[in-house]
This record gives sequence, C-alpha cells and structure tokens, in this order.
Amino acid sequence: MLSVLGIASIIGTVLKQNEPYENYIIKFGQFWFEAFEKLGLYDVYHAAWFLLILLFLVISTSLCIYRNTPLMLKEWKTYKEHAAEKSLRAFSHQASYSVQAPAEQVQTKLADYLGGQGFTYKLKPQDNGDVLIAAKAGTHQRLGYIFTHAAIVIICFGGILDGNLPFKIQEMLGHKKIEVLDIPESQVPAVSRLSISNPSFRANMTLPEGVSDDVAFVRVRDGYLVQELPFRVALKDFRIEHYATGQPKSFESDIVITDPELAAPLEKTISVNHPLIYKGIAIYQSDFQDGGSELKFKVWDLAANKLLSGHIDGVVAKKGTLGTGDQALAVEFNEFRKFNIMNLSPDGKGKPRNVGPNTTYKLRDQSGQAREYVTYMQPLKLDGKTYFVSGMRETVQEDFRYLRIPADEDFSIDGFMQLRQAMRDPAKQLEIARHLSKQSPTADPKLQQQFEQSVQRLLSTFASGGFTQLSQVIEKAVPEAERQKAADTYFKLLNASALEAYNLNLAAQGKPAMALNPQTLAFLQDALNAMNDLFYYGTPYYFQLDDFKHKEASGLQLTKSPGQKWVYLGSALLVLGIFSMFYIRERRVWLLIKANTQEVLFAMSSNRKNLDFDQEFDRTQQQLGQLLS
Amino acid sequence: MNTQTYDFKQKAIWQTLRVQDWLYALVLMAGAVFAYSRYSQYMDAYELGFLFGAAATFSYLGWRWKGLAKLVIGIAVLSLFAINLYHGSQARAGESFFLKYLISSQSAVMWMNVLFILAMLTYWFALFKRSEFIGRVASALTWAAVLFGFVGLMVRWYESYLIAPDVGHIPISNLYEVFILFCLITALLYLHYESKFNTKQLGGFVLLIINAGVGFILWYRFDRGADAIQPLVPALQSYWMKIHVPANFIGYGSFSLAAMVAAAYLLAKRGILATRLPSLDVLDDVMYKAIAVGFAFFTIATILGAMWAAEAWGGYWSWDPKETWALIVWLNYAAWLHLRMVKGLRGPVLAWWALVGLIVTTFAFLGVNMFLSGLHSYGEL
Ligand code: HEM
Repeated sequence: MLSVLGIASIIGTVLKQNEPYENYIIKFGQFWFEAFEKLGLYDVYHAAWFLLILLFLVISTSLCIYRNTPLMLKEWKTYKEHAAEKSLRAFSHQASYSVQAPAEQVQTKLADYLGGQGFTYKLKPQDNGDVLIAAKAGTHQRLGYIFTHAAIVIICFGGILDGNLPFKIQEMLGHKKIEVLDIPESQVPAVSRLSISNPSFRANMTLPEGVSDDVAFVRVRDGYLVQELPFRVALKDFRIEHYATGQPKSFESDIVITDPELAAPLEKTISVNHPLIYKGIAIYQSDFQDGGSELKFKVWDLAANKLLSGHIDGVVAKKGTLGTGDQALAVEFNEFRKFNIMNLSPDGKGKPRNVGPNTTYKLRDQSGQAREYVTYMQPLKLDGKTYFVSGMRETVQEDFRYLRIPADEDFSIDGFMQLRQAMRDPAKQLEIARHLSKQSPTADPKLQQQFEQSVQRLLSTFASGGFTQLSQVIEKAVPEAERQKAADTYFKLLNASALEAYNLNLAAQGKPAMALNPQTLAFLQDALNAMNDLFYYGTPYYFQLDDFKHKEASGLQLTKSPGQKWVYLGSALLVLGIFSMFYIRERRVWLLIKANTQEVLFAMSSNRKNLDFDQEFDRTQQQLGQLLS
Repeated sequence: MNTQTYDFKQKAIWQTLRVQDWLYALVLMAGAVFAYSRYSQYMDAYELGFLFGAAATFSYLGWRWKGLAKLVIGIAVLSLFAINLYHGSQARAGESFFLKYLISSQSAVMWMNVLFILAMLTYWFALFKRSEFIGRVASALTWAAVLFGFVGLMVRWYESYLIAPDVGHIPISNLYEVFILFCLITALLYLHYESKFNTKQLGGFVLLIINAGVGFILWYRFDRGADAIQPLVPALQSYWMKIHVPANFIGYGSFSLAAMVAAAYLLAKRGILATRLPSLDVLDDVMYKAIAVGFAFFTIATILGAMWAAEAWGGYWSWDPKETWALIVWLNYAAWLHLRMVKGLRGPVLAWWALVGLIVTTFAFLGVNMFLSGLHSYGEL
C-alpha cells in the first residue's frame, strides 16, 4: 500500500506537473496526450485516483489505530502481575537464585533495586505464600504507537483541508468551471469565480507598481479561476538588490492593504521568506516581472539613412506599428531590463559588472514573420573599444547574432550614422574620389579620371551590398591569381575613403580633421564592418533606446490554508511518537520470591528483541546475583 | 552475613560527570557568550536560539560520548587558529604556511579527502590482518579526517564573510558543501557505533560510501570547479536552512551507513569474511539502529522543510520533486520498519531492502537535482 503511493508519487516527479498543455502535446503527440490526460498524469497529486490512495491510507491507518489502541493502552497500564510460575520458567530470559535471607528482607532489597533501576512495580502475594514482584519500565513506548499513527491521520486530514477538494466536487456537480480564455478579469463569468468564503486556495497576482487589485488567479490544469479577496492589495514599490557578482540578493515589495474593516491602510514590506499574514491569508513575494516600463526610442531609418523625426514610444508588453502600407511592421516590446550584469573582460576572468539597461523587441512584417532584437542602451566596452550593441535572431531557439557599431569620440552613435550617410550619398562619393585622387596626383588627367571613377564604383558597390558584393565584383573582373592583390587594394581604398568621408563631415561641422592614429583607424575599420553587417540585420530600422521610465510588477502568491495548523500538530505528534517508539524501550521484570524453597525466580521480557535487551538482561542477572548472594 | 552493600542505582547523567566534563561545557558556553557579545546585533532571535542551543546540545552529546567532546575542542582550536592567521584578508590563504598547506578551507578539505582514503585502506588491511592495532590506527585516521573536514567547513564559513559581509553564510548551501557534510556526518555516525559496539571490522565498508562522496567532491572540484563560494539566492536566506539541511544529512548518512552494514551482513551470511566480521546479530542490530536514527531525523528534516516551504514558497507542501522523493524515501523506510516490527521479519530480505533503500535515497539526494526540475533547483549538476 505504501508502495502504490510511492509509485504514484514517482510518476508525479518524472512527468513535469502542471505545465501548459501545449507542451505536453508537443512531447507526446495527440493520442498519448489524451490518454495521459484521462489518467490525470499532468496533475497527479490532484487526480481522483491519487486522492483515493491517500484516503485508503488514512482509512487503513485509522482502522489500525482503532484495532490496536485498546491493546496498546492495556499494555501501557498493566504490570502483568498474573504471570504464573510455569510461564515465567518458560521465558527465554530467566534465571533463578537461591537465597538465605528472610523473605521480607529479600523483598525490600529487590524492590529497592528495581526502583533504583527506574522500574515501577506491583507486589502480588500468591496463594501459596510466594510473593511476585511484577515491574515495568518504558511502557510509554506504547503511547508512541498511538501518537505516530494518529499523527499520520491528522496530517492527511490537514492536507485534505488544504487541497482543492471542494472545488473538485463542485466541478463534478457542474457548479464550477475553469476559464480557459484570455479575457479581462471583469468579464470572467461567475462559474469561474471563487468567492471570498472559499476556505482554502493558492492563488497568484501580478501587481505593477502603483496598481491595486482585489482578485487573484488560481491556475487549474490548462485554465484558471478567479479568486476574490476580502481586501485590496496595492503595490507601492518593488526593489531588487544584487550582490557584487550580479546574482539577485533580495526581492522586496512594499504593499498596502485597504479593507473597510481597517481604520487605516495596512502598510508592510514583504520579501522572500518573510510573508505577511492578514485575515488568514498569507501574502508571499514569489517573483517579479516588468510592469509596463515606458521606453523612448530614437529610430534610424537605414534605407533613407536619416533619423525619424521625434521619438517612438513603447510600453513593455504592448505593441505599436512602424511604416505604412505593405511595408508596415508591427513592433512588440517584450522586455526591459534595467540591470545587466555581464563579464566583458576579454579573458572572462575580470569582475562582472552592470552594463546598463537593455530592451528586447520583435519586428513582425505583414506576413507574420518576426525577428527578435535586443539593444543595449549604453555603449559596451569590448576588447578595449566601445560599441553600441544590438542582437538579432529569427527564432527563439537561436542565439542572438550581434551587430557592433563603434561609438565616436563623443561616445555617440551619430559619428557612425553620418559616416554611413556620406559613404552612400552619390554626390559625396564623387567628392571623396576627388579628394583621394588629389592625394596622389598624376600628370595624366585621363588616368586621374579613371581613378576617380573606380573609387566611385567601389563606394557604390559597397553601399549596395557590402563586402559580399565587392568580392563578387572582384571574382567577375579579376583573374584568380591577382584577386588577393585586388582585394587588398580595394580594402585600402575603402579605408582611405572612409577617412575622407569622416573628415568631410567634420569639416562641414567646422571641426578639425581626424588625427591619424591607431584608434581612429580601428574606428573606421569597425565602422566599415558594421556597415557590412547591417545588410544582415534584417530590418531597415535601427532602434536606439534613448530614455525609459522603469516600472516593475511584483508577483505575489496568496494562500489560505486552514489545514496548516493540523499538519503542524500532526508533525509534532509524529516526532514525539517516533522518538518514544525508538528510544523508550519497554522492559518487564518479574521476581518471584519463593519463601519455602528459598529461591528467587527472575524473568525478563521486552517487546523489542535486540542486543540492548540481551545486554541489559545479562547485567541485571549479574547484579541480582551479587545482591542476593 | 553479607556485609557488602551494593549501589546499583542508575545515575542521572550529571551525577556521572567529572571535572573535565564541566570544563568542556563551560568552554562551549563561554564561546557562545563571546559570540553573542560580539555578533548579537547581526542575529535574529532564532539564530540566538541556535547558538545557545548548539552549545547545550554539544555539551550534552560530549558528555554522552567523550570522543565527540575532544573532537569539538579540536575543531574549535584549529578553526580559531586558522581564522586568526587570516588577519581578515582572503589572500592570506595562499600566503601563510599553515593556511596554504593545512587549514585553509580548501587544504583542510583536501586533507579530509586524503585521510578518508587512507583510513579506508587501513580498515581493510586491519580486517585481513585481523589486527586490533591496525584497526585502531584506521579509527584514528577517520577521526583526523573528520576533524579536518569540520575545520574546513568552519574556515569556509569564515571565508565566505571575507568575500563580502553580505555573501557570508553557513557552508551547507550547495552540492559541494553538502557532500562534505555528508561524508563527515556518516563518518561520525559510524565512529559512534564503532565506539559502542567495537565493530572496527565494519569501517572498510562504511568508508566505501564515504569515499564515494570523496570521489564526488574531487570530481566536482577539479572537473567542475564547483568549490567557489557563491552567494545565497533569496529563498535560501533563512535560519531554517541551518537546521533543515543538517537534519536531512543525518538521515542520509544513517541510511547509507545502514546500507553498508547490510552489505556486510549479506556477505557474512554467505560465509564471505564471516569469521572476520562481527556476528550477524550485531550487524542486524546496527543496521536497525542506523535506520531508526535515520528515520527519526529524516522525519524531523522533512517537517522542518515543510515549515520552511510554508514561509518561502507559500505552502508547506507543493509536491515539488524533492519533496515528493523525500516522501518516497520516508515511506520506504516506514515500510522497512513495519516489516521488522509488525511482521517480525529479520535477515537477508531486510538487508537487501536496506541496500535498495540506498539507491532510492541516492536518487532523492542526487538524482532529483540531476534529472528533475523543481523549486529545489539549487545545486544543479
Ligand atoms: C503512512 C503510514 C504509516 C507510517 C508512516 C507508520 C510508521 C510507523 C513507525 C515509524 C513505526 C515504528 C517502528 C519501530 O518502532 O521501529 C510503526 C510501528 C507500527 N505500525 Fe505503523 N505506520 C503507518 C501505518 C500503519 C498501519 C496502516 C498499520 C496497521 C496495520 C500500522 C501498524 C503498526 C504497528 C502494529 C506498529 C508496531 C508498534 C509497536 O509494536 O510498538 N502502521 N509505524
């Protein structure tokens, strides 16, 4: 019986319980999914058959108590003073001594001895003038049986009180039904609502900062129920603290409870391991989410190569649109994280530190295809250089592939964007080509013009397709042996053009030209790489997080469990019972003083036959021998 | 006429105490008072309770079992010495000679590992040589291993506070740490039975399971580098951890011990090593006692766990895999005890059962973390 319960529990642990049903369908296929569902395997511990086994356990243990208790109580009280001489002589642990002293003296001696050993005893004169001393010690062990087994019943009773039995019955009778649709709470019909008089529940609520609510949700199988609360909970503030290494250290919520029965609202801070209990309902800190942070983006239109006017506002967990007609994209703001603790040191050995906020969003086109993006607000320091980093992936299973845009000397993205703009503008391309050709003047104007044209072609090729396009051009036009050399030349020209383009921009702003040092060369190189990578970025928009208003939501768990008291009472009894069963040893001693044959008969028994008892018998036998000699 | 008077009266424990016993208790109490005077502002009421409760408990245990008293004093002296050598700086672990080679937490744990391995070899050697003396050496090695292990944990506790005051915590919070605890508790339980029943022949068996733990510690440390001190996730920041985890490990330790004795029993029953091992009755009795102790502490641990869960997760029982497996283990040994008590069963069946019980226990301890997910997700492999 215990084993059946064990096996049932094992199923429960092997199969992940209470997951969304789609996950099971994916795992087992439709047929097995339905078969398993019938057996209640997704929620073993609430399935009818599991409850039946528990019930069986309770009943059999109760019966056992009922049958055995009278016996145990009798054993607890009795001295068994009716033992006959013949049966004593048949004991496996017995001995006899011959004595000289008068019977009364022997009797007091023995009685004293037993008292000193912690026995209580009863004197029973026999019909033939003999005296029987019947003694016992440790019979409280018998109470241990009652405590232990009653405890099991009490614990199960408490557990059943806290289970969802009332709901199960109402569901079977058709009075209640779970809600499976994702609809606003106020539209959930009464059959899926649990009133405030519901004796026990375990429900969740998610409260954004500054919001209050008076209902919580109970998850049942693939749906939910709305649990009404006898008070209103508001979240004033939610805080996360971190260790220096970045792991979370504590979650705390300042909550305010308003209740007509309260003179003033009750304010309290709860955290993990420190719940608040009000009106029998315990409120726990369980998790946290974004509560709809407000985000402000600057959006670069990469095709037109300009900043869209104004800001784009987003709210986490909400959607927006960008562009019009066929080109319109739906923007879904998924997540905002204020702290990101990362280890960016090149060898991975440095200290992890906070690199600032990031946000995750999806861009979905008209056909429903979506790409997911993550963007860091502040530039990150990687390999000693600073970049604006944004990742893209096409499916959730993939890792993000990252675009690194080098930050300019003002730690801004503008330098890069302006450079890109210049290198894609045909008028600027011409200007760049002119500047370059002036740097290496030739006498022949024809050669000069050729040079300028090839630079222009190079720039427009790069602008339309990056390095890939360029290498295709080389493959087509240059014989294989000279390709490497051509590529190197193009590369140098591209770098030189980028420098020219950058300086053109600076000059237009009235700033001095760039100093030629390794940093600026690296910047230009990174910029060219980023321009190339933008072709694989998958969207004509680059979102730059400009400002945010962080709003957190605290996940609270609310439970009412009237059975808890019973479970704790049962637990206390259980411990008491087990210790008395194991560590109180019941022993009985009979000493029959036979006056006429000058003999003392000693017999000893215990309800547990083990080494301790053998040793105690030996010791007692020896001590009695000395005492009586 | 018999003039001799006998006094067989059983004495209460305080009537049997000698001066050194009182001194021992006094030192423990003084230690607790000292800790109180220095750190009381950082402790809550429960932790103060534990502090003085621990002093009282270890006084009592030390009175009952003198070997333990010596161990406690040894641990205290060595740990304080080590802590003193740190001068409040973690870097000293690699500089000071004593710390580097002996009693920084890493070194002490390594010494524990080495000593356990040596002790096992010596126990087996003693068994084959039938040598009482070599057996005593093996015992001494085991005691030394336990001493170093506990010093390692104590110093690790201190080191965690050196990393940062908010990181500091008792070192029983991840798999690496609890494995050390497991080895130490199992060894202590064994030493207790050894001193009570003089069963040095069993040492080799029990140290097998302890050394399996040692193997895990070594693998975990060198292959996984899992020995770093990690800060506690919020759910573990609770005084409950300080009693729930040790109680659990007394349970696991006793069950493992019982299983090893069961193995010895089964061998002896078949005549293997029968003349060298203690009698079957003794083996049977030790096995029963170990399971009884394990069951009692496992019960307490589970109840404490439920009370902790009620505070941290919002319900005393969530059918989380770890909880469920604790129940399975518990039911398993309840069934074992019933067979023995109610049906009066003895012998090989129970021994086999105790061995199978070890598999169930191991799964509850390790397998759940490895294969199943749940709320107890700390210490994932
Ligand atoms: C989950 C259910 C149960 C648990 C956890 C449990 C637990 C225990 C424990 C721990 C012992 C003590 C063993 C020892 O002293 O070494 C025990 C003894 C005993 N149990 Fe149960 N028990 C359960 C159900 C039952 C049932 C259903 C019966 C009825 C047949 C029963 C009858 C007994 C009896 C007769 C004893 C021996 C008492 C004695 O001789 O002192 N138990 N039980």
